[in-house]
Amino acid sequence: MSGEPVLQARDLRVYYGTPGKPVRAVDGVTLDIGESEVVGLVGESGCGKSTLGRGILGLLPEGARADGEVIYGGRNLVTLSPRELRRLRGPDLGLVFQEPMTRLNPLLRISDHFHETLKQHEANLSDDEIRRRSLETLGRMGIPPTRFNQYPHEFSGGMRQRIMIALALVLRPKLLVADEPTTSLDVIVEGQILALLADLKRNFGTALLLITHNLGIVAEACDRMAVMYAGKIVEEGPVREVFADPAHPYTRELLRSTISLETTELHSIPGAPPNLIDPPPGCRFHPRCPDAMRVCAQLVPIEQRLDGGRRVQCWLHGPERLIPADGEQPLEREAIGVADEA
Amino acid sequence: MTGTSLRTYLITRLALVVPMVLILLTLVFLLMRVAPGNPIQAALGGHVPESVVKPIEHRLGFDKPLLTQYGDYLWDILRGNFGTTITDNRPLSQIIQQNGAATLELTFFAMLIAIVVGVAIGLVAGRYRDTWLDVGGRMFGIVVYATPPFFLGLLAQLVFGVWLGWLPTSDQASPLTQALLKTHTNILFVDAIWDGNWGALWDVTQHLILPATTLGLITAGVFVRLVRVNVIRTMRDDYIEAARARGIAERRVVFSHAFKNALVPVITVVGLNLALLLGGAVLTETTFNWPGIGHELVLYLENRDYAGVQGIIVVFALVVVAVSVIVDFINAYVDPRIRY
Repeated sequence: MSGEPVLQARDLRVYYGTPGKPVRAVDGVTLDIGESEVVGLVGESGCGKSTLGRGILGLLPEGARADGEVIYGGRNLVTLSPRELRRLRGPDLGLVFQEPMTRLNPLLRISDHFHETLKQHEANLSDDEIRRRSLETLGRMGIPPTRFNQYPHEFSGGMRQRIMIALALVLRPKLLVADEPTTSLDVIVEGQILALLADLKRNFGTALLLITHNLGIVAEACDRMAVMYAGKIVEEGPVREVFADPAHPYTRELLRSTISLETTELHSIPGAPPNLIDPPPGCRFHPRCPDAMRVCAQLVPIEQRLDGGRRVQCWLHGPERLIPADGEQPLEREAIGVADEA
Repeated sequence: MTGTSLRTYLITRLALVVPMVLILLTLVFLLMRVAPGNPIQAALGGHVPESVVKPIEHRLGFDKPLLTQYGDYLWDILRGNFGTTITDNRPLSQIIQQNGAATLELTFFAMLIAIVVGVAIGLVAGRYRDTWLDVGGRMFGIVVYATPPFFLGLLAQLVFGVWLGWLPTSDQASPLTQALLKTHTNILFVDAIWDGNWGALWDVTQHLILPATTLGLITAGVFVRLVRVNVIRTMRDDYIEAARARGIAERRVVFSHAFKNALVPVITVVGLNLALLLGGAVLTETTFNWPGIGHELVLYLENRDYAGVQGIIVVFALVVVAVSVIVDFINAYVDPRIRY
């Protein structure tokens, strides 16, 4: 981690739904993001990545509740009033969404979006100053000034995403959360957007939390990565180390599932992420884990710190004193027999 | 760039009016010829000797070949001659001027009430969804929409006219006002202001309140439900969430993003309703004995005056065309995506 953390999540939990049977989309996440640092957050669909990203900004859908701590500038965002939180969104914390096509108001010109955003947070800015700053930020994103007064429908998806990024960066936030910013775009455009995001720290000094399920992007653009499974961060560490030597079986299987030129057959992790209303006991990955031991089905793994600033939640890394006798025996799974299905 | 495309759109839209009007006029013409019975016989009450009918038929051109009649009909309309009624020999242009003015007056105030009441209640109900404000708004919308105009009209007449005696229950103005007020526009409300005749204005306004409110509230029922649904849908739109993510104040998100976008589809429906009302709110006009186009249409239908009915329908069709063009212009101005 380079420098002081700009944002610290401590045991953050986000629940959806009724108090009786909540969906624990984010379940006790601890994560630091350093100044100008690029952190990749990876995992399968439905493991709580987006919820975590939005939970940080307090932009949760109706009916969601959060507790724990998100420390930013010495304040806990989880307990902040909606008004104070709104003031931080924009100038301090930015968010770029997955699908750029619908994120701009179709009735407003691009210039109107910038005007509104800058006026909201820096009320005494002159129109000339607003124009100058907007065009400068758009220019860095490769949008020419001639298109400043056009409407959203006159832009392609890739250009709209660049406009959305410029709209977030024009306020110079300390942290930008990018929630799968390239998923809906084609490969060429994806590369352009990622290059822009990777240059954020050089051009804007902005830290980035990059949420993605594309490990290639993480390898290319991120300093550190966190792997999320079923609402928990199961492994976290510098990108190089995690890629070279994944500590958690889930990370390893995830890395094996990527495709490269050397790929001869497709690898996948059998099964699907668990139901978050009623997750499996012990380690949530144990039903799908090739290395599962008896203890994994009984006890929730304790976070272990490894060399090189890495963290992992897996019984393979101990602590041995907490593993019961016979706990290290391979887990005998109940075979789903013909009798069960009948 | 957008200026040019807006102009292109407007020109294209205007050019499309020509075939649209032609088709409408042809349909009206054909429908009137397909209708069974001799229009002259019908207008005169039937069982009239041929010797009486023939000259009238000849005078009105009903004895010419169909194609010639069609040509004459189009040519007359092109010159602004919408024909003359058979039963009372009134030129249609006079009906448009006098009864049309009465309808215009009623429509303007009814629409004003409908938009103010309907849109306001719809916006509040949509914004505060599932609160008592929403429940109340929806109840209001359903009740006024489901109430037949004549029932609401009769109820209003009974309460405010008969029981309380506050307001007149029929006609456009008292006979004295009608006799004394000089005619400028045929719209009594405007004429009264024109002459600075405040007594007449007060009289005309009193006569307007019940029919305009009745018609306005019933139209408002449609708007309430439509606006509410659109606000709820728009509040879920992605750009609303994106605006919140940029820390835009909630008041601004609601007013300049959600409400504005929610009202775009409403423009079209307001226009359609406006056209319908301009064509004559038949039930309301009849209930309040309001001398509008709808009131006249019922009269000519009852007397089986085909020329009168045909003329009024043509006028109505032209009003619908004109209003729909204006609505499209407003839509294109508000929503840039339509210009393409």
